[in-house]
Amino acid sequence: MAWDRNQMAARAAKELKDGMYVNLGIGIPTLVSNYIPEGMTVTLQSENGMLGMGPFPYEGEEDADLINAGKQTITELPHSAYFDSATSFAMIRGGKIAMAILGAMEVSETGDLANWMIPGKLVKGMGGAMDLVAGVGRVIVVMDHANKHGESKVLPECTLPLTGKGVVDLIISNLGVLEVVEGGLKIIELADGVSEEELRAATLAKIVN
Amino acid sequence: MNKIYPNAAAALDGLLSDGLLIAAGGFGLCGIPELLLAAIRESGVKDLTFASNNAGVDDFGIGILLQTKQVKKMISSYVGENAEFMRQYLSGELEIEFNPQGTLAERMRAAGAGIPGFYTKTGVGTVIADGKEHKDFNGQTYILETGIFADVSIIKAWKADTTGNLIFRKTARNFNVPAGMCGRVCVAEVEEIVPAGSLDPDHIHLPGIYVHRLIQGDHEKRIEQRTTRKKA
Repeated sequence: MAWDRNQMAARAAKELKDGMYVNLGIGIPTLVSNYIPEGMTVTLQSENGMLGMGPFPYEGEEDADLINAGKQTITELPHSAYFDSATSFAMIRGGKIAMAILGAMEVSETGDLANWMIPGKLVKGMGGAMDLVAGVGRVIVVMDHANKHGESKVLPECTLPLTGKGVVDLIISNLGVLEVVEGGLKIIELADGVSEEELRAATLAKIVN
Repeated sequence: MNKIYPNAAAALDGLLSDGLLIAAGGFGLCGIPELLLAAIRESGVKDLTFASNNAGVDDFGIGILLQTKQVKKMISSYVGENAEFMRQYLSGELEIEFNPQGTLAERMRAAGAGIPGFYTKTGVGTVIADGKEHKDFNGQTYILETGIFADVSIIKAWKADTTGNLIFRKTARNFNVPAGMCGRVCVAEVEEIVPAGSLDPDHIHLPGIYVHRLIQGDHEKRIEQRTTRKKA
């Protein structure tokens, strides 16, 4: 037993607070928007130039001028605002975005993050990920604990080229929740049916109490 | 002084030559200067460097200039959607300089504001920082990035007035503002040109001082990822 994608997203949503401006990455992080508690106002930023991202449009109502950072058609909300790319990253670099929730290939015990390239494989680019992790208030990684070969993605040091150094604050994986603290990672929570021994065994990074 | 030209080829007349650095607006296929890109293809100029967040798809956007091998180098943050791009890149025919997206936008904006360099935290501790000046401010490390001073800017807006004041629509504004600012000459294509005085001066997104040439045309405005939901 462990958490599935939706359970990881639901757990990540517990980190949201009323009034927050948040940037969600592609993949599981996008699912977090389905779990924003009722009555809580969370404004989603899309780094291509929008605050207040709405859901996908109804069929036939797609607008080529209205897309998210994944290039998907979306809609606006009553409180939406549009701006250019320089302004978008000004608010990211200026520390105005409270939180980013991102996927990762590897995270280290000092909060280093690798999620943009694998040497020898096709490199598509970092997009806005390096700006986000360097600029936002809090960085939360949501990912599977192991890669498809069963190897731990939570490591003493990242082996892949970094997206940012010492930038991750919290890891939410299918096995549980780990916080980056002085000296290593601290277990905050275990996923349903996962024992502390299992989580420790699946983690190569140093775990501290 | 008249800024309005009859078509994209006329608007680019006298501006193009081999080896230029061109800044282009757009994010994905949203808000790209599709008519000006088509005219650059027709002009046959080559060895171009493009500062543009993306490289289009195989048959639209900057992709149409890759087919004809007119592009020597891309300065971009993400190039994932283009098979011909990947082929030329892997075979060494095409050079790419990856920039973090915010760094790319700020490099354009800075040049447009006469700022040759700026310090940013983005990329510190990564390969992006290799060979760049590092400097500490208030106990934090930053790297020096430089402005992109382009020879020509090509951008796409929704409406212009006859003096070149521009208004964009929704997320199609994106890189069009910083790209429009950083060129020695900026050419804008719009969906509609209206008489001066018919746009609210309080609602101008890019003032006409940045815009030297203007065309009106029909745009395909292709959608890259059509995502929808069903009515309940």
